[in-house]
Amino acid sequence: MTTANKEVNELIKREYEHGFVTDIEVDTFEPGLSEDVITRLSEIKKEPQFMLEWRLKAYRRWLEMEEPDWAHLGYDRIDYNSVSYYSAPKRKEDMPQSLDEVDPELLKTYEKLGIPLHEHAKLAGVAVDAVFDSVSVATTFKEPLAKAGVIFCSISEAVRDYPELVQKYLGTVVPHTDNFFAGLNAAVFSDGTFVYVPKGVRCPMELSTYFRINAANTGQFERTLIIADEGSYVSYLEGCTAPMRDENQLHAAVVELVALDNAEIKYSTVQNWYPGDENGKGGIYNFVTKRAACIGKNSKVSWTQVETGSAITWKYPSCILRGEGSVGEFYSVALTHNHQQADTGTKMIHLGKNTTSTIISKGISAGKSSNVYRGLVKFGPRAEGARNFTECDSLLIGDQCGAHTFPYIESLNKSAIVEHEATTSKVSDEQMFLCRQRGIDMERAVSMIVNGFCKDVFKELPMEFAVEAGKLLEVSLEGSVG
Amino acid sequence: MLSIKNLHASVEGKEILKGINLEIKAGEVHAIMGPNGSGKSTLSQVLAGNDAFEVTSGSVTMNGENLLEKETEERARDGVFLAFQYPVEIPGVSNLQFMRTSVNAMRHHRGESEMNAAEFMKLAREVSKQVDLDPAFLKRGVNEGFSGGEKKRNEIMQALMLQPKLAILDETDSGLDIDALKVVSDGVNALRAEDRAILMVTHYQRLLDHIVPDFVHVLADGKIVKSGGRELALELEDRGYAWLGIKDDETAANSAN
Ligand SMILES: Nc1ncnc2c1ncn2[C@@H]1O[C@H](COP(=O)(O)OP(=O)(O)O)[C@@H](O)[C@H]1O
Ligand SMILES: [Mg+2]
Repeated sequence: MTTANKEVNELIKREYEHGFVTDIEVDTFEPGLSEDVITRLSEIKKEPQFMLEWRLKAYRRWLEMEEPDWAHLGYDRIDYNSVSYYSAPKRKEDMPQSLDEVDPELLKTYEKLGIPLHEHAKLAGVAVDAVFDSVSVATTFKEPLAKAGVIFCSISEAVRDYPELVQKYLGTVVPHTDNFFAGLNAAVFSDGTFVYVPKGVRCPMELSTYFRINAANTGQFERTLIIADEGSYVSYLEGCTAPMRDENQLHAAVVELVALDNAEIKYSTVQNWYPGDENGKGGIYNFVTKRAACIGKNSKVSWTQVETGSAITWKYPSCILRGEGSVGEFYSVALTHNHQQADTGTKMIHLGKNTTSTIISKGISAGKSSNVYRGLVKFGPRAEGARNFTECDSLLIGDQCGAHTFPYIESLNKSAIVEHEATTSKVSDEQMFLCRQRGIDMERAVSMIVNGFCKDVFKELPMEFAVEAGKLLEVSLEGSVG
Repeated sequence: MLSIKNLHASVEGKEILKGINLEIKAGEVHAIMGPNGSGKSTLSQVLAGNDAFEVTSGSVTMNGENLLEKETEERARDGVFLAFQYPVEIPGVSNLQFMRTSVNAMRHHRGESEMNAAEFMKLAREVSKQVDLDPAFLKRGVNEGFSGGEKKRNEIMQALMLQPKLAILDETDSGLDIDALKVVSDGVNALRAEDRAILMVTHYQRLLDHIVPDFVHVLADGKIVKSGGRELALELEDRGYAWLGIKDDETAANSAN
């Protein structure tokens, strides 16, 4: 290993910033999964009967499913009976009616994470739904959104208050039969966010959910459903963190997006779950199914993700481009270091005429990590004039890490056009020397080079998030200089 | 200002510099000439602190301080500037961002406050005009897709921005057409100052038509074999390196034409 690369390797040792634990009284289920557990969960949430039946059906099917092993990931099998499927902060009333009733300990937690929930300190122009372990603890800006006709609430509330919308769309994009983790999620999903933007409405502010895992030995199974009705627009952001714990924790989420005619959904993620320590101990197992159905004509969905956390990431935000002229986009930065493993990418399924998709994936590997891009671009027989552009770039820091790309293309239509570009590069000794010769220290240099590499993705993020993402990469690359 | 004594350096176990002695005073311009492979770039890189090269013996002091024990970035902050023979690309990092980070790192070191974006932009625009680079270049990635000449002008631009104490210019003249050579030379002449030393590495003497050096040294096989005034450069042009008993494929080929 060259000197510069050795030093760069030392740079990427860093402390996880959000690793603290909130000391709060909680109601937690005993570990284990059964029909009884699911029934109790549904009861606690005061769900209508249809929801319980839906969950049980998914559970029975899940029992027959096999955990997938095709991903480029290595981990010990998870014992699903050793996980607790519900944990929520105790509270006097059933649901807090306003922020004044939210436990101050919780408000402090979110403040520490940079997400103030108080009326006076709220993030300007961003409405937040805060999910703590299995429940949503607060949602801000509800009233101005309601005035615009936008529904923004926890999925638990939506199940109770808007059952017809939930019943119409839940599971239509990601059915419980889709895959092992989606099946498990359908059976036990705890909380998450629900968004409905009515016809012709441009959502007046950014919507966001902040997911926090706190309790030990508890899985988080959130479920998010976003529906953009005809001609509407919404931009949604999600952020995630968890305490540092030696045991691995399971996070199996499902996100479903539905875009009707001429609707647009922009979905951005900054995922910073605890990645485990430098020896690969602990960290979140992140198995997520995210999918968008572009049902409507000229509808559009953009997924933008910055993934720096988790011990294991298994995630392929996808678009089913059914509506004529619909557009799917996937912009991704995935950074792995130490012993992190990421197997991530997207699927663009072109079914309608003149559908287009763009995939830009930037993988950064450091330490002993493994970073895989896995993507599928598929053209159905009716996808006349469809096209895809894919660019997959990998950047290696040091020489003990790995990067792999697996682009799959399936075409049943001769008129479809695919363009594919892929590069692999290193943070070179020459680049480091140039920066240092200009007086820039190594930490700044690496972070500048990595940020430059990610530029095409960062410019897709909403302003506030782009800054945060840049900083997050900097923190992720921070450490002692040799 | 700069004092090099019996400097030996090797790369991958092979000795390249075999005892360099050189004294440079503030205000002076020294030219180092020599055939390809004689060690000119190695000398430049060693002075700037590239740790791909190992100093095996000898000393280098700058203003009385031991230069060799300092890290690359410390030397840079103390005023050592190297214009690279082959400037490397940093994709996605704009020239502007790169230079501003650099300028502010230097200012920080001197205990000065950072330059804000507007101030910096104004300065950068002025200097880019001085080296005849369109200000649009500032927004492009560092050296990304730049032509050879643009890369060289960009190096000079950075020297002008940073105002170093010791500017080492490694073949900043090679690969330039006549107009670009003029621009680069004007830039270097603008750098000339009482309190600044310039070490100019060149393979051809034509640069010295524009920048008149105080001293010329001939480097061959890792040693300075002859030193003199600017007339030495002219003599080299007339008679080639062979006159000094030095083998040089290129000049041999040139004089055969
Ligand atoms: N990084 C390196 N690795 C191996 N050999 C090198 C390296 N850099 C330079 N050399 C060798 O050192 C000698 C001097 O090279 P250099 O200093 O670049 O000469 P010049 O700049 O005068 O053309 C050459 O023989 C060259 O091949
Ligand atoms: Mg050279």
